[in-house]
Parts: sequence; structure tokens; C-alpha cells
Amino acid sequence: MNQRRSLFVITCIVFGYAFLYIPIFSMVVFSFNASKLVTVWDSANSPTLKWYHALLHNNEILDAAWISVKVALINACGAVILGTLAGFALARFARFRGRFVLSAMTTAPLVMPEVITGLSLLLLFVALEQAVGWPAGRGITTMTIAHMTFSMAYVTVVVQSRLATFDMSLEEAAMDLGARPLKVFFVITLPIVFPAVLSGWLLAFTLSWDDLVISSFTSGPGSSTLPMVVFSKVRLGVSPEINVLATITISVVTIIIVGVSLWMARSKRIATSPA
Amino acid sequence: MRAVLGRFKFGGRGLVVVLPYVWLMLFFVVPFLIVLKISFSDIDLAIPPYKPLWIWDGEHAPAITLNFNNYTFLFTDKLYVKALLNSLKVAFVSSMLCLLIGYPMAYGIARSRPAVRSVLLMLIVLPFWTSLLLRVYAWIGLLKANGVINNVLLHLGLIHEPLTMLYTPFAMYVGIVYSYLPFMILPLYANLEKMDWQLIEAAEDLGCRPWRAFLSITLPLSRNGVLAGSMLVFIPAVGEFVIPALLGGPNALMIGRILWDEFFSNRDWPVASAVAILMLLLLVPFMMWYQSIQAREAAASE
Repeated sequence: MNQRRSLFVITCIVFGYAFLYIPIFSMVVFSFNASKLVTVWDSANSPTLKWYHALLHNNEILDAAWISVKVALINACGAVILGTLAGFALARFARFRGRFVLSAMTTAPLVMPEVITGLSLLLLFVALEQAVGWPAGRGITTMTIAHMTFSMAYVTVVVQSRLATFDMSLEEAAMDLGARPLKVFFVITLPIVFPAVLSGWLLAFTLSWDDLVISSFTSGPGSSTLPMVVFSKVRLGVSPEINVLATITISVVTIIIVGVSLWMARSKRIATSPA
Repeated sequence: MRAVLGRFKFGGRGLVVVLPYVWLMLFFVVPFLIVLKISFSDIDLAIPPYKPLWIWDGEHAPAITLNFNNYTFLFTDKLYVKALLNSLKVAFVSSMLCLLIGYPMAYGIARSRPAVRSVLLMLIVLPFWTSLLLRVYAWIGLLKANGVINNVLLHLGLIHEPLTMLYTPFAMYVGIVYSYLPFMILPLYANLEKMDWQLIEAAEDLGCRPWRAFLSITLPLSRNGVLAGSMLVFIPAVGEFVIPALLGGPNALMIGRILWDEFFSNRDWPVASAVAILMLLLLVPFMMWYQSIQAREAAASE
């Protein structure tokens, strides 16, 4: 097999990855910088942990982070349920009434500009409140509903593509042996799609945790999420505490993603050993 | 066998489909109808700040007042059309830049050894999992007047005074290309991974030059990957708000920003709705195109 790669391709790869990672590394490095000027390295007093200390005592950021965690957790669980059902329906039921509409409704949120989704959901909540009195005002509930709506689309794609590549005869064999449909789902189907469901959950959590635009439209007074607080701070200029926040985020994400993919690679090796 | 499957479908099927279907109908489709409705109403100094479309006193036929003022306003005030055209331009140029940078990367990843490949892929996916807002913020630190890039260039003696990069169109393009690059690389990689490289070898054995083999075999065969990646960059980039707001400066005319300002600063919900409808009408053909590409890819991989 030809593994030869031209110098051109290798150069592109090196520069491409540098482009993706230099900004990330710069935030990590400057999170240890003593100077308040952020990008001017104060070599006399650096590295320092003083901005880490400041961040951990910044109540505005901590409160917002707590709201973000709550929204992201509920959202991830809800989006996984809805997305798994939709992915299952699209992968398994060859034709049913509304198939086209369902597949369109789960593709569109992936590319829909966030300002449109955010505005439309806000107007729905306002209209609902006028018509039936629910949801009373806006806050964590409305934000969670909004996040579930766009993040379930991502879960659907992940689950659907996993189901599309998996051998249906396993389910058929179990049913031939007399297993009830629900039992087949929990004993055969769910363990096989579990990696996809887990990635879907993590994806839904991250999407919600990171979202600024849709949250800004659907949140209410006193329910600012972390990205909303960060955005208002960043608009006023760079701040060393944001570098710290970025460094913590990057570390946590790297540990989780690397851990999960190693675990998945291992379980995949075990599962596919005879096949 | 068939009977068992049939029972399974009959029992579980309904519920499996109905729940996500109803959810998306209520929270994804109905909201657009409301946006459409409000785009035809008048601004009002009330809560919510728009007038109802129909007034019914209980006796006479309900009076429906559709007004197209919001739309005529969008087309008479040069600002909106200009912003819309500029957004299309920025999104198009950004997707082309992503393609130029992303294609060689996806190609290199697809042709590397499996062990290297999974590491390279992970490194593409990793930034995608870290907050977009924070990664865009990182560019402020790199691009500003006393930022990292200027400091390095000054130190090396390549420039004598700091370059103005932040709050320019250049900064906005950098931010968009940087943020959306993984969305270009991943579908391209998924497509190139399935490529039969023996075709290229055969062509080269027959004396075809590598560039020619690439242009006449690899590129046409990866067409669906190129289109899917470009749509994944282009469509959301048209309505992008965060990147122009943080890097583009006050003059970066993008339609997503206009919508945001109409809503949050001017509190003109009807005009914001009309902007949304206009943007949507423009983007729906691209979304349908994207969906048909996806369907083709799925059919090809079966």
C-alpha cells in the first residue's frame, strides 16, 4: 500500500495544526502570567497562580458556571433520550409517515444559524406564555428546552450513523430465540449503540455548556450562563481570568475526550475480536 | 420472523417516532411560523413589543392587518441588503479558505498509518470540544496591537511598529476559518477515508503525474465531501454573530449581528423577525442541498 505523502501535504498538516493549536497554547501560557496586560510576559513574577486564585473567588463567574452546569446536565440527558429515539427511528424504520420531515427536522438544526434558532424559540416562549401562561418568564427551563432542541439533532446523527453500520441479524437472532422487543433493545441494541449514546451525551453537554447566542435569547434575568458572563467580560477587553478559565476548560476536555476514546478503542477491540 | 418484527414495529414504533417528532414540531417548526407572523406585525411600546395581527371584537369579522412595512424597510434601507451581501461574501470566502487549508490536511490524515491517523483525527476534534467563545477570545490576545503576533514580529525586527489586525476584516476571516476548519476537515476525511487508493496507483503506474492523478481522480471522487464540508461552513457562517462581534470591530456588517442588534438594542422584534425570515429564505436552498448530499453519501456507503 502506498503510504507516501508529499512534502506539500506534510507542510500543510504542520501549518494546519499549528494554526489550530497556537491560540490554545497561548491562552494556557498566559494564564500563568503575572502581568495584568495579559499578552506582555512579566518574567520577574511569572509563572504565578494568582489568576487561578482570583477566578476561584470570582462569584459572578462561579454562579454562572453553576447555572451552566445545571442546564447542560438536564439538557444532555433529555437530548440523549430524544436523539436516540430519533436516530433509532431513522436508522431502523425504512419508511414511515413523516420520515422525510423527521430527517429534515434533525438535519436543519445542525446548520441553522444560531441567531435564527434563538430568536424563534424566544418568540415561541413569549407566545406560549401569553396563550397558556407557561412558561412563566424565562430562565433555566426555557434555556434547557432550547438547548435540547438543537443538541438532540447532533445526538441523532451520532446514533443513526452507529446503527447504520451495525449488523441487524443480531437483533433478529435474539427475536427468533424468543426475546421480547423491549428485551432485545436493552440487551442487544443498547449495548451496541452505547458508545454512540455516550458520545452523544458528551456532545450535548458541551454544546449546551458552550452556547452563547441561543442562551442569550432564551434566558431571563438572573440566569446568566458562563458564556454570557465571559462574553460581556471579553467585550470589554482581555482579562487574565478568562485565560485561566480557558486553561481549565481545555484540561478537563482533553482528559475526558482522550479517556473516553481510549476506553472505546479498547472495548471495540474486545467486541470485534472474532468478527 | 417477519411477524415478530412486525409486532415490534407496531408496538414500539409509534412511541419511538412520536416523541422526537412532536418535540421538533413544537420547538423547531412552530417557532418559525411565529417568527413569520411577527415579521408582519407592527412594533409596539408594550410587552411583548409588537401589535397583534388580528383584532376581533366578537361581533364583526376579525380584522387582519398584515403589513409588509418591515420587509419594504429592509429593502429601502441600504444597510440590510449590504449586510446580507457582505455576509454571503464573507461566508463564501471563508468556506473556500477552509477548503484550501482543510483539503490537504484531510488528505494527509486519510493517507497516514492507522495509529497516526487516530491521533491526528483526535487533534482535529479536540478544539471542537473546547468552547468556541474562548478560542475566539484567544485570537484577541494574539492579534491586538500589543498582542503576541506583533510582539514576536517586533522582536524579530520584521516590523517597526505594531500592525493593526484586530477589529479588521482580516481578523474576522481568521476567526471564522479557525473556528469552522474542523467542520470542513471531518466530512472530507470521512469521504477520503473510503477512497480506493489503488486507482491512484494504477494511474501513476500508467505514467500519470501525481497532480494530474489528483485532479482527475481524487478530487472528482471526493466531490460529496467537498460539498458537505463547504455547506457545513457556509450556512452557519452567514448568520455568524460571535466572531464578527468580537474580532470584526464596529464596522463588520454581518446580518447575524444586525438581527442581534435589532432585537437586543433596538428592541424591534418585528424587524428582527423579518431579517430572520429573509436569511432563512436565502439559506433553505443550501440546507436542502446539504441534506441531499448527505442522503447520497449514506446511499453510497451502504
